[in-house]
Amino acid sequence: MSENTLIDDDFVAAVRRDMLKFAQLQLRDAALAEDAVQEALLAALAGGRSFAGRSALKTWVFSILRNKIVDLIRAQGRTTNVSALGDDDAALDASFDALFKTNAHWRPENRPFGWGDPEESLREERFWAVFEICLNHLPERTARVFMMREFLELETDEVCRELGITISHCNVILHRARHGLRRCLETSWFAPGEKPC
Amino acid sequence: MLTCKEATRMMSEAQDRPLSVGERLQLQMHLAMCRGCRNFRVQMDFLRTACRRYLGRRGSEENDSRIP
Repeated sequence: MSENTLIDDDFVAAVRRDMLKFAQLQLRDAALAEDAVQEALLAALAGGRSFAGRSALKTWVFSILRNKIVDLIRAQGRTTNVSALGDDDAALDASFDALFKTNAHWRPENRPFGWGDPEESLREERFWAVFEICLNHLPERTARVFMMREFLELETDEVCRELGITISHCNVILHRARHGLRRCLETSWFAPGEKPC
Repeated sequence: MLTCKEATRMMSEAQDRPLSVGERLQLQMHLAMCRGCRNFRVQMDFLRTACRRYLGRRGSEENDSRIP
């Protein structure tokens, strides 16, 4: 029973906390997230597989959770009309348009500046807190499409198929999400002390 | 000639599908002259890296050669 030594209470608690955060961001429903995490953990621990180490175990647990979330999103996708444009989406589009002059080139004050060494940011705990806040600021349906693509790693055509939207609409939504996240990180994390070039 | 706005859309789509030869050429020409869009492109790659890293899956399923 060598794998049992990997699965102590502290480890399970830590993994569970990470899973819950992930599931809540994806599903935006605390009870649903709780259920998905519980099921994924039980399935993983009951599997009786042996693992080379904790990170292999964690990867396995998250892959189970990802599949559960994909199923739940597929179920939700049929009940929400993802193609309806919300007010918050329109506001995000307006904030994107505002970055450009009438000739569709960057306004000098909004031109993207260099973010220095991003690897450095990824090592900082505070960066991840900002990253999460920025994710949470995205309009709900926009965030869902983005997360299906970037966190669940579905191909764009599958995302479109599941949500019943066209590829070009999908591209518009993903672009909107990336703009929102980029601007949020730029103003909330990378801006202090940086000067546009 | 691409505008910056068109270039950003193309760079976002490049995260989701391979660009055509024509698109790549247009984009290259634009990027050669536009520092803002060059920064934007680096930032798109950064967003993807951050999303992948968010799950703590670094190195477990992919071999990311950009990270030494």
